[in-house]
Amino acid sequence: MLSKRVIACLDVRDGKLAKSIKFVNTKDIGDPVEKAREYYLDGLDELVFYDITASSDHRKIMLDVVDAVASQVFIPLSVGGGIRSVADATDLRLAGAEKINVNSAAVLNPVLISDCAEKIGNQNVVLSMDIRQTTPTKECPSGYEIVIEGGRKPMNMDALAWAIEGERLGAGELVVNSIDADGTKEGYELALTRMISEAVSIPVIASGGAGMPSHLYEVLEEGKADAALVASMVHYGEYSVSGIKRYLDDRGLKIRMSW
Amino acid sequence: MLVIVDYKAGNLKSVERACREVGVEAEISGDPEKIRQASRLIFPGVGAAGAAMASLQETGIDEAIREFFNLGRPVLGICLGLQISLNYSEENQTKTLDLISGEVKKFRLKETGLKIPHMGWNTVNVIQQHPVLDRIEPRDEFYFVHSYYAVPAKKESVYALTDYEDQFASVISKDNLIATQFHPEKSGRVGLRLLSNFLRWQV
Repeated sequence: MLSKRVIACLDVRDGKLAKSIKFVNTKDIGDPVEKAREYYLDGLDELVFYDITASSDHRKIMLDVVDAVASQVFIPLSVGGGIRSVADATDLRLAGAEKINVNSAAVLNPVLISDCAEKIGNQNVVLSMDIRQTTPTKECPSGYEIVIEGGRKPMNMDALAWAIEGERLGAGELVVNSIDADGTKEGYELALTRMISEAVSIPVIASGGAGMPSHLYEVLEEGKADAALVASMVHYGEYSVSGIKRYLDDRGLKIRMSW
Repeated sequence: MLVIVDYKAGNLKSVERACREVGVEAEISGDPEKIRQASRLIFPGVGAAGAAMASLQETGIDEAIREFFNLGRPVLGICLGLQISLNYSEENQTKTLDLISGEVKKFRLKETGLKIPHMGWNTVNVIQQHPVLDRIEPRDEFYFVHSYYAVPAKKESVYALTDYEDQFASVISKDNLIATQFHPEKSGRVGLRLLSNFLRWQV
């Protein structure tokens, strides 16, 4: 039986961890390679880097970060943020990223998903979706809509329909990120995660809202997610990756406990 | 020299990096001559069996791998590399290298909730001892990404089993060839241990 995955997400700006992330017990504050290595050695199952570099001139720096991490961290590495073309995706793959996350650019240009899938394989294309709750309308019957540009721009586009379309276009995995839950630390959006997970046959990664280990248990169990994304929960030193995994293992989920 | 076979099917650099981590430099090459002369071979691969075989035949790498195997030097197949070492794959109805007899079938899952591809970490239960599987413990997990699985014709070719609805062969071996359905280069320290075992394996 497959284990449920715990995935950590690190935001990177200009090759450094984004300043919003404050770390404790780390000498190399701000170094994504050190942080990645620390989580890897503590049993992390998969790592996501999200490039929030504003200027395209600095994109080469991200490739260097990916290269350095891939030389030291031997678990699947996924990279997202600003991927607009197949060339962006292949550059990151060559640098050492296993998977590529597409988000806004895929909403505006859905063929990006199929183009990437054809070039680097379905299993390596992850469709990230930023989703918020809304009043059900004709365009958005599920009551959840897609937003882009980091949650700023609502698209009046049904999230459930987009998830199904993303799978059809060749995405190998989905990230369901709830904009409403994000930052609240009150738990993942269980109903949303479950709705999407039951509608597709590809793995679903739950994102947004994690504040304590029981939140991961809820979304992996009730939310039917295959993996759960954590960020500030581990970045601030409040919880460790191994501690979270031990908790989930104790509660009876299948978790990789040997590393 | 350790050679990683390059036939434009996958992320070879991650295999190269993992070998470097356990102290062995590799050469990535698609030159049949280099492959014949290697001391040890890693045959990775992702993607579809049909396209991979077409590429191997076009470049003559298929013959080079067969010859290399017959010389008795160590070969490690990874993921699609495992599948192609058998004689037939359901994927694109492809005739494959026939180094180990058996077929490759697509998962047909009856239970809802199980997904294809089989992607993520899963347990590998060793059922026959092998030097490359030395110190792989019952709780160790490895990283998988695949939609097809191997069905070796002979029981003695199966060295480890993994459970996904039913059990399938996750490590197979014959003579100087060993192959894993999972990706040791993405499987953390237990994966590196397996790679290190392979790189030190004296057939």
